[in-house]
Amino acid sequence: MALKDSVSRLLQNDLIALEESAGCIFAEVPKDKIVSCLSSLRDELGFNFLSDIVGVDNSALYEAKAKKAKKKKDKEGEENETPEPERPALPRFEVIYLLLNPDTNERLQVRIRVPEDDLKVQSITSLWKGANWPERECFDMFGIRFEGHPYLRRLLMWDEFPAHPLRKDYPLEGMGEERHLIYEPEGEGHWT
Amino acid sequence: MGPVKQRIASEDYVTINVGPSHPAMHGTLRAIAYVSGETVLGTDLEIGYLHRGVEKLGENLTYHQFIPITDRLNYCSAIANNVAYEMAVEKLMGVEVPVKAQLIRIIMTELSRIADHIVLVGILGVDLGAFTPFFYLFIQREEIYEIFEWYNGARLTNTFGRIGGVESDLPEDFETRWHELKKGLEKAIDETDKLLTHNRIWMDRTIGVTPISAEDALSWGFTGPCLRACGVKRDLRKDEPYSLYSQFDFDVPTGKHGDVFDRYMIRMIEMQESMKIIDQAFDLYKQLGPNEPLMAKVPKIIKPPEGEVYHAIESPNGELGFYIKSDGTDKPYRIKIRPPCYMIFQAFDELIQGEMISDLIACLSSLNIIAGELDR
Amino acid sequence: MNEWTIAIIKVVFIWSWTLLIATIMTWVERRGSALIQDRLGPNIAGPFGLFQPLADGIKLFTKEEFAPKHAHKILFTLGPVLFAIQAFSAYAVIPFGDKIVINAKEIVLQVADVNIGFLFVLAVGSLAVYGFVVGGWGSNNKYSLLGGLRATAQLLSYEVPLGLAMLAVCMTYGSFSLREISLDQAGTFLGFLPNWGIFKQPLGFLVFIVAAYAEANRVPFDLPEAESELVAGYHTEYGGMRLGLYLFGEYVNLYTLSALMVTIYFGAWHIPYVDMSSYLGPLAYGIVSFLVFFLKCAFFLWLFVWVRWTIPRFRFDQLMGLGWKSLIPLGLLNLFVTAFLIQITV
Repeated sequence: MALKDSVSRLLQNDLIALEESAGCIFAEVPKDKIVSCLSSLRDELGFNFLSDIVGVDNSALYEAKAKKAKKKKDKEGEENETPEPERPALPRFEVIYLLLNPDTNERLQVRIRVPEDDLKVQSITSLWKGANWPERECFDMFGIRFEGHPYLRRLLMWDEFPAHPLRKDYPLEGMGEERHLIYEPEGEGHWT
Repeated sequence: MGPVKQRIASEDYVTINVGPSHPAMHGTLRAIAYVSGETVLGTDLEIGYLHRGVEKLGENLTYHQFIPITDRLNYCSAIANNVAYEMAVEKLMGVEVPVKAQLIRIIMTELSRIADHIVLVGILGVDLGAFTPFFYLFIQREEIYEIFEWYNGARLTNTFGRIGGVESDLPEDFETRWHELKKGLEKAIDETDKLLTHNRIWMDRTIGVTPISAEDALSWGFTGPCLRACGVKRDLRKDEPYSLYSQFDFDVPTGKHGDVFDRYMIRMIEMQESMKIIDQAFDLYKQLGPNEPLMAKVPKIIKPPEGEVYHAIESPNGELGFYIKSDGTDKPYRIKIRPPCYMIFQAFDELIQGEMISDLIACLSSLNIIAGELDR
Repeated sequence: MNEWTIAIIKVVFIWSWTLLIATIMTWVERRGSALIQDRLGPNIAGPFGLFQPLADGIKLFTKEEFAPKHAHKILFTLGPVLFAIQAFSAYAVIPFGDKIVINAKEIVLQVADVNIGFLFVLAVGSLAVYGFVVGGWGSNNKYSLLGGLRATAQLLSYEVPLGLAMLAVCMTYGSFSLREISLDQAGTFLGFLPNWGIFKQPLGFLVFIVAAYAEANRVPFDLPEAESELVAGYHTEYGGMRLGLYLFGEYVNLYTLSALMVTIYFGAWHIPYVDMSSYLGPLAYGIVSFLVFFLKCAFFLWLFVWVRWTIPRFRFDQLMGLGWKSLIPLGLLNLFVTAFLIQITV
């Protein structure tokens, strides 16, 4: 596919993986090179439209996979003594940038993986103005901090909200947070 | 203290709260406007008053159970949301939907597009003080809702379609009903056009108000009518033809200045284009026999293979996309909705700087912000 | 019957008459807008929903008189009262018919035939500003305050073209008294046109009617209460009868302005080419002149409704631009042309 070739030619060593899923192309790049990768994709391949930024928490997925693998291993272990080599654990979060080339109508998804102990990602608000709210939402929902963002504040939840609700360890029914609105009128003696 | 307040150097301003409960607010949005006299220096935007955690809900519901939740995104055109979600799941599963079901989907989506544009034009008129076109148009919107109700029993939140097709065939006398509706719609659009488009006050209020350039609009992530108003000919129905849209003959109107008037005109023209599409789709539909399948072969419990997909359609407001990540179980692992007005509303502060309070309302109406899909 | 009794009867009559008109106008507004918008409007209470204003009135009267905690109590009540007072007193100098003869006593159908009728109308009319600004300020609400300020600027700006247009009429008829101007409009001029103000002052009428719509705070000039921008403008915090006074006052103002328009531009109670007094007895003539005058007013009242439900609203700078850049120069031009014509014809 032409797009895959040109992407891999452009990003070269920065490209960690390039995979296709249900007709969508996902390119994985290192976390600390996201700004340079996106800006070269924008300037040289014409991906000058940012559709959205998606955050994903993969912890439950890894857990399920580990469980499955363990089950499999337990089953096989009785017959086969040689264990599979342990793969290094993937970082917990990933951020996916949905890009679009308006001239050729090609879409490209750029993925970075963010480990739980280093939740800092360079902000891309300098490349697209529209990255502002998606990054804020990503921070709100997953706690990923975008460095260089002009106004990184919670977007949908209120400011004092203690957790990041789209993380997989946050329960669906919430943790009993309540928002107390404190309204203090300016007082009886305001006019007199 | 928001960035806007920091930017405004002078102390000489009054803070006006427009929303979350304000007669001109389209849902529960909040814009804290800093005004000096009648001039708006800037606004801080607060959203999230209608945040229901739709994406979190999606992770805990099965694929079919999530369809009614999508109704609650853009409640002015619920069918477009349903179809967008179903198409994303179908793309993930690699299911080919039967032609008849696709045609029914197109007819219904275009009807809901007309209904959505009617809401915008009518409410824009109300916000600018012209009450009467609202009623001319809303009578026709009522007719569209009657057709929806007649099709599957629901008016506003339709829960239209299933993954892999649609639930039922069009009612038998759809043709006569559609021709009646079409006549009424043409008359209502024509009357609205006569009342508003060339009205001197209307032109003064809308032309040149809150314009945006094509470059800025693309950088902000504008899509749909608001982007086309800036002169960018971009419509996913033409550019990334999904479903059967490549077979239809219709125009994509574009504006020049990206101001309120252009956004209004685009919608007026698009209503007519949608009627054209419905006519053509219905002609194709008539050629199909009554026993054509309505559903593709899908299992009762939807379990898409492991993988992820992003699929977008042209909803009345612009690009409505669903990112779905599947882990192979019967529930999606992650659903991310890309609502069109979410990206558009970001630019609001930049759009209305230096304009007047009345323009703030006009601009907000013309962008068609729906709190349901903004906050999710 | 002595003079005092007659005066009191006239005052009570005109007071209840304008109140009745205002009440019926609320029904006309709602049914009229429904007619324009393909709706039915209120049709449950009484025949054609005619008792709807009564029901509305009962509702307004029986509501709790509520004032918000942060409002200034005295000013909050004073605002609507000031507005209602000016609305009801402005009609005092405008005739509502020619004259009626009862028991060989001639009664002029006008509360007070003062020789500065014009000035009285303008002076009392501009008092409406106090109603708006006091109410808006006393509410201690930003929307109200903005509405009150908008009302002040708008009313003051449009007083000028209104006055200029009226001044040209005064020069044409050579009088400040509204009754004398009405009497002067009988007969024809240039041989075929009715001797009406509109034919003598067409440009003046244009300026007058636009300014009158602005004075009445109606669409397209309803910026002080623009509900999509300022919630409800100066009466955001009002409810119950305080709000009722504002609403009634607005309709009474409409009637006053319509009557003024009929008096100075549309030949008051005269029917063109017909001299009613020669056909009818004195009592019948009085009644017919009253009815003719009222029917003409009714047309302009309907025009107010018609315009309101047809066109959009101005923006504030456009409103000011129209007032200061178009209407005032036009009014001045009209004044000069009138003066010039009078000079060469006299």
